[in-house]
Amino acid sequence: MAHAFEAQTVVEPFTPVVRPNGPAAAALLAGGIGGAALGIFTTAAEVIPAVKTALTWVNPVGPLSGKTGLAVIVWLASWAVLHFGLWRQSDIALGRILLVTYILIAVGIVFTFPPVYTTLAGE
Amino acid sequence: MSITDRELWTVIHGMTFGALFLVAFAGGFAGLYSLRPEWVTLAGAQERLRRLNLGMLIMAAVAWLTVLTGTYIVYPWYRAKPPQGTQDLTAYPRNLLLSKPELAQWHKFGMEWKEHVAWIAPIMATVVAFLVLYYGVQLANHPRIRPAALTLFSIAFAAAAVAGMFGAFINKVAPIR
Repeated sequence: MAHAFEAQTVVEPFTPVVRPNGPAAAALLAGGIGGAALGIFTTAAEVIPAVKTALTWVNPVGPLSGKTGLAVIVWLASWAVLHFGLWRQSDIALGRILLVTYILIAVGIVFTFPPVYTTLAGE
Repeated sequence: MSITDRELWTVIHGMTFGALFLVAFAGGFAGLYSLRPEWVTLAGAQERLRRLNLGMLIMAAVAWLTVLTGTYIVYPWYRAKPPQGTQDLTAYPRNLLLSKPELAQWHKFGMEWKEHVAWIAPIMATVVAFLVLYYGVQLANHPRIRPAALTLFSIAFAAAAVAGMFGAFINKVAPIR
């Protein structure tokens, strides 16, 4: 006896890909840059007192305001440059971009980890 | 059942926005994971994408609301300095934790990690939302973009989970009242 769902197993073909992968590369790489920036600013503020002072944008929040604010600015600026300035209409070697992106995100995660930046700060 | 303003904002930050992001992750991950041409028809993918678009947008927005309320509303209360000579540090959670050796690591490790790593979540979530909205159904045919979106989405969840976990524990040990 035929099963009722057998007539539904025909899969319609998808629309062929028409959008280049440049915008994806830009978004991904910018995300990595933003993550790395957060890690770098966090560690810099711990290691260099002048940086800590300079990143105190909002007093009640302390240097966290500048670390995160500047990281967001760097992220958005790099995204704008990569998307509008470079890769909007392009197809990019995504493998390499992804590798760099993941390395940058790892930098961000490592350098926001307290044992890392306190060790670098000599605490 | 009274609650102070500060407790209310702590609940809004952690148990409303933060929890919503964490709970929604499973649905978003499943939706993105199953967006494959061999598993769904075109009509099915289009139907699924309507939910995925809305869900990813909401998750990115909620991630931003979580870190912004945490950093600019709750965190100042947490790190406020007590007046000289204050004996009872209950109203000053950071100083309370640092005043006791057995509790100090909740701040030095827990809060210090949480307040920074949490910001990775909204950045990653926004990138994923962009990829979903920009490529739509075509995401299923991009062999590298969809897995990358899944990876960044998972990183966002992990960062939010660390922040949420330490936030919950720290608020038990040194609550904001």
